[in-house]
Amino acid sequence: MTSLRTLAAVLVVALVTACAGPSKSTMDDSAAAAAAGSGAASSGVNDGSMGQGGSLDGSMSGSGGALGGPGASQENRVIYFDFDRFDVKPEYNAILQAHSRYLVANPTAHIRLEGHADERGSREYNIGLGEKRAQAVRNVLLLQGATSSQISTVSFGEERPAVIGSDEEAWSLNRRVEIVYGP
Amino acid sequence: MMRQLAVLPVMLLAVLGTLTAGPVRAELQIQITEGVDKAIPVAVVPFGWQGSGTPPPLDAAAIIAADLARSGRYAPMDRQDMLQRPTSSAEVDFGSWRIQNTDVLVIGRVVETGAGQYDLQFQVFDVLRGQQLLGYRQPATTADFRRSSHRAADIIYEKLTGIRGIFSTRIAYITVVRGSGRIAGKTSFRLVVADADGENPKVMVESPEPLMSPTWSPDGRKLAYVSFEAHRSEIYVQDLRSGTRQRVSARPGVNGAPAWSPDGRRLALALSRQDGNLDVYTLDISAQMPTRLTTSPAIDTEPAWSPDGQLIYFTSDATGGPQIYRVPSDGGKIQRVTFEGSYNARPRVSPDGKQLAVVHNDRGNYRIALFDLARSTIQVLTDGRLDESPSFAPNGEVLIYATREGSRGVLATVSADGRIKQRISAVEGDVREPAWSPFSPN
Repeated sequence: MTSLRTLAAVLVVALVTACAGPSKSTMDDSAAAAAAGSGAASSGVNDGSMGQGGSLDGSMSGSGGALGGPGASQENRVIYFDFDRFDVKPEYNAILQAHSRYLVANPTAHIRLEGHADERGSREYNIGLGEKRAQAVRNVLLLQGATSSQISTVSFGEERPAVIGSDEEAWSLNRRVEIVYGP
Repeated sequence: MMRQLAVLPVMLLAVLGTLTAGPVRAELQIQITEGVDKAIPVAVVPFGWQGSGTPPPLDAAAIIAADLARSGRYAPMDRQDMLQRPTSSAEVDFGSWRIQNTDVLVIGRVVETGAGQYDLQFQVFDVLRGQQLLGYRQPATTADFRRSSHRAADIIYEKLTGIRGIFSTRIAYITVVRGSGRIAGKTSFRLVVADADGENPKVMVESPEPLMSPTWSPDGRKLAYVSFEAHRSEIYVQDLRSGTRQRVSARPGVNGAPAWSPDGRRLALALSRQDGNLDVYTLDISAQMPTRLTTSPAIDTEPAWSPDGQLIYFTSDATGGPQIYRVPSDGGKIQRVTFEGSYNARPRVSPDGKQLAVVHNDRGNYRIALFDLARSTIQVLTDGRLDESPSFAPNGEVLIYATREGSRGVLATVSADGRIKQRISAVEGDVREPAWSPFSPN
């Protein structure tokens, strides 16, 4: 379970790297070494484009299966947020619509929304931020037709970072909600 | 039944912690980074031994000298520089100590009073005046010899400064050890309780899932904390001596930020219930009925009780960024407390009730600041980038908090006047969320 999540986080980094061109490592030693071990390195993530890699466009023109549902690629299962904010940015509408379509089509399917914050500020306040973020994603999915019994939320605050590091890149990758299929 | 099942793994972990205490010993190393300009020279002479059996394995005078040094106010003399080693007042030659520029002299004896039982008999002298300031007898046993030595240091410190010593108190904190690889490595969270000097660390709980927010009961016998061992936040209360614990809140949504009322009967905490929005509640621990204190759509969390139990201070982002508010602990009107700066969070009330320690955004850096409640002024105490989790020592003289050393999480202390600073790092992993214990009962 934990290792799956960690794997997912590494994959996010790898995918972002693939989309962002030349890599520029600014992570700290342990994270950089770990990322290198998985064949990836941190890279410049400078705007809101993460999570919208090439496979999103590809799958939109295709069947749509890879966008939402348990088969969605990892980058289509993570929603990122601005600092101290919990509003879902419009660029994630397509991903979330695909997930709610899956949930509507599969009434027994269940997801867990795991909210996270970056490391800045106090820990319990960050638990509150992570919960607000998970709830914001939940509300979008409910508006799009999913039912409340299909969605649970949990906030890990800053306790489960996707990326270890104390710079804007790491922080932007850690302010997130992960969509996890399963009970 | 549920409860018994939940307790069992913790007791096993507690045993595991004891067994593995050797190799993984999370020993903290303390380093004074800034002291007062003129620390007072003191000599703590090795104590004499009066007994038939073997002397206790610990060196009381060394423990006392280290305690006085850690206060930042005293500079103990190296033993090899001592020209004399008196163990009774008749042997003291004040002139000789004056020549060595010693202001305060501590001498003593360990006297065997029974099998494994001792008295620490010690005297404190004002060298310049040639006067005895204090004579004291502190009982000790083999098992509590270290604690008794710290108590002796507390008594000496109080005599010299007028401030109750904190050397026999303890700190709770969380350590996080990450495995070496991002995928293969397993993260281990531990809740540890150690003496205030970092010695004697005991792992109270160990979990692969996050542990957070340890907080002491007012009698110093229990800790409340947040555990994610069920993959969601739950609040536990654990007895330190027996290791048994009780799950006190596992309501839907967030269960966080426990804080004990001064009478020990209630916990203030943050719950999100169904609506995903944190509000501050109090929970009667035995009756298990939560009382809601805030109802805003904002994030309301991190409650802290005033020492008289009348008020609860908390963090709320009702006006945008987080600021400190307060509410009567039995419910009532909510008032905003802090206005200066864009970010003031996680209040802790000083033991005299006059100040709040907060996490304050200081030009983009998160630092520990003291907010004066009467004057509404804020004073930044620390100079880190990501300082958090301030906790007052029970005498109010010092705060412990979490900071960074490179990318590692370490602990640090700062005196409430900002003059004395120490860095405390663990041998391995990150250390965070320190909580200073209350004074322990004598």
